[in-house]
Amino acid sequence: MERLRKIGDVVLKMEGISLAFGGVKALADVSFEVRAHEILAIIGPNGAGKSSMLNVINGFYRPQQGSITFHGRTRKQMEPHEAATQGIARTFQNIALFKGMSTLDNIMTGRNTMMKRNLLWQALYYGPALKEEIEHRAACERIIDFLEIEAIRRAPVGKLPYGLQKRVELGRALAAEPTLLLLDEPMAGMNLEEKQDMCRFILDVNDEFGTTIVLIEHDMGVVMDISDRVVVLDYGRKIAEGTPDAVRANQTVIDAYLGVAH
Amino acid sequence: MDVLFFLEVLIGGLLSGTMYSLVALGFVLIFKASGVFNFAQGTMVLFAALTFVRLVEMGWNFWLSIAVTFAAMIALAFAVERLVLRPLVNQPLIILFMATIGLTFFLEGFTQTIWDSNVHRLDLGIKDTPWDIRGMLVSQFDVFAAVAAGTMVATLAVFFNKTRIGRALRAVADDHQAAQSVGISLQHIWVIVWAAAGLVALVAGLLWGARLGVQFSITIVALKALPVLILGGFTSVPGAIIGGLIIGASEKLAEVYIGPFVGGAIENWFPYMLAMVFLLFRPQGLFGEKIIERV
Ligand SMILES: Nc1ncnc2c1ncn2[C@@H]1O[C@H](COP(=O)(O)OP(=O)(O)O)[C@@H](O)[C@H]1O
Ligand SMILES: [Mg+2]
Repeated sequence: MERLRKIGDVVLKMEGISLAFGGVKALADVSFEVRAHEILAIIGPNGAGKSSMLNVINGFYRPQQGSITFHGRTRKQMEPHEAATQGIARTFQNIALFKGMSTLDNIMTGRNTMMKRNLLWQALYYGPALKEEIEHRAACERIIDFLEIEAIRRAPVGKLPYGLQKRVELGRALAAEPTLLLLDEPMAGMNLEEKQDMCRFILDVNDEFGTTIVLIEHDMGVVMDISDRVVVLDYGRKIAEGTPDAVRANQTVIDAYLGVAH
Repeated sequence: MDVLFFLEVLIGGLLSGTMYSLVALGFVLIFKASGVFNFAQGTMVLFAALTFVRLVEMGWNFWLSIAVTFAAMIALAFAVERLVLRPLVNQPLIILFMATIGLTFFLEGFTQTIWDSNVHRLDLGIKDTPWDIRGMLVSQFDVFAAVAAGTMVATLAVFFNKTRIGRALRAVADDHQAAQSVGISLQHIWVIVWAAAGLVALVAGLLWGARLGVQFSITIVALKALPVLILGGFTSVPGAIIGGLIIGASEKLAEVYIGPFVGGAIENWFPYMLAMVFLLFRPQGLFGEKIIERV
C-alpha cells in the first residue's frame, strides 16, 4: 500500500532496555528507534515482552538497565505523568476504560493534561473553567464523529460491546492529541469487519495528524498491511527488525514466531 | 396514628440524616479515589472541631478560625499523602487500611497534645428552640444543620460530577493505570480528596460539636456513617446522600414506634441492624452494580 508521508527523524530511542520481574526476564537488552510519522509494529509470541516494552515507554515499568531518549531528552525511565504531558498516549491490551462513565466523559479524560483552569475556578464551575470545558467538549465531539461512535456518546462504556469499547479507548488516547500513540493489540478479539474499521482509523490518524504509532499486533495480515517497520521480540530479546517483507522472510523469525501456532 | 406526629418524627429524622450523609461522604470520597476505608475520619472530625473551638476561645474571629482550621485540614491532607500514602503506593489495600488506623492513633494523640482533652462548648449562635409549623415541632438547630450539611453535600456532588477534577477522581476510582495514562496524577487526586474529606470533617465537627460539645466522643459520629455506607455503597455519592436520609429517618421512627415495645433506646443500634438485614439482600448497596464473580 502506497501512502504519501514523509518519515522523519528519530523521536524515540530505546537503548539496551532490560527489565526483570524477580527471575523472569521480560526484556533483555532491547534497543530500537521510532521515527516521526511512522507506524512501527512490535510482534512476537505471547510472553515475548511486547506489552512490557510499551509499559516501559510510558513509564508504568522502570527498566533496571538502559535509557530512553524522547524528543532529545535522555532518561533512565519515564514517569507516566511526564509521558502523558509530553504527548504519549496509549491503549491497553485488556481494555482499561472508566466503566462507570459515558463515552464522552471517557474521551474527555483524555484531554486532562490540556485543561489548565485551576481548582478554584473549577470549584466555582464558572467563567474560564466553564468556557474551557465547552471548548474541550467540542474537540471530543470531533473525535466521536471521526470514530463514528455518535450513537453511543452518552452510553456508559461498561455495557458496550467489546469492539466499541476498543474504539472508545482509541478515542480517549486521540483526545490527548498525542505525538506518539502506543496501541497494545488494538484489534485483538475483533471480527473481520471491526478489524478493518480499526485499521482504517489507525491509518487515518497517521495520515491526517501525522501521529507516530507504535502498535502491538498478532494478526500478521494486519501487520503486513499497515506497518512501515516491524520489531520482533522473542523471550524478551529483539530477534529481528526491518520492513514487513524482510521480517516475513527472516528465517529466525519464521522459526521463533511464524512457525509457532498461537 | 397521629399523622402530624408521624411527620414530625420523620422530618426530624431526615434532618439529622443529612449529617450522616455528610460524614459518609467523607468516607466515600477517599474510598473512591484510593479504595481505602479511612479509619481516621472520626478523628479528623475531632481534630477539626477542637482546633476551631480552641482558636475561638483564644479570641479569634469566627470566620478566621474556620479558614485557619480548613487550612490545617489541607495541610493534613498534604502530610497524609506525602508521609502515609505515597510510601505505601502499590501495597495491598489492607496495608493502607492499617496505616489509617495508625493515623487515627497519631492524630488522637497529636490533637490532645496541642490542644487538650476537656469538653468544650461550641456556640454557633443558633437557638435550639423548636419552630411550630402547623402544630408540628421542628428544631431550628436541626434545620440549620440540615441546610449546612445539605449545601456542603450538594456542592461537593456538583464539583465531583461536573468538573475536570471530578472526572479525574472518577477515572482514578475506575482504573488507576488508565487514569495515569491520560496524565492524571494519583498523588494530586489523593490530596484533593483528603482535603475535601477534611472540609467535610470540619463542617461535621462544627455541627455535632455545637450539639454535643466538642469532646473525644465526637469521633464516634464516624461509626454512624457505617450503616449509611452499607446502605448506599462505599463508592456512591448519591448513595451516601440517600443512605444518610434513610438511616436518619428510620432510626427516629423506630425509636418512637418500635422502641416502646422493647424497652426503648433502640436508636443507637437500629441502624446497624437495618444495615445487616440490608447486607443479606443487597451487599452491593442501593446504587452499586450486582457483583458477579468471574470464575
Ligand atoms: N507486572 C508484572 N509482574 C510480573 N511479571 C510480569 C509483569 N508484566 C509482565 N510480566 C512477565 O513478563 C513477561 C512478558 O510479558 P508481556 O510483556 O506481557 O508479554 P507480551 O505482551 O509479549 O505477551 C511474561 O513472562 C510476563 O509474565
Ligand atoms: Mg501483551
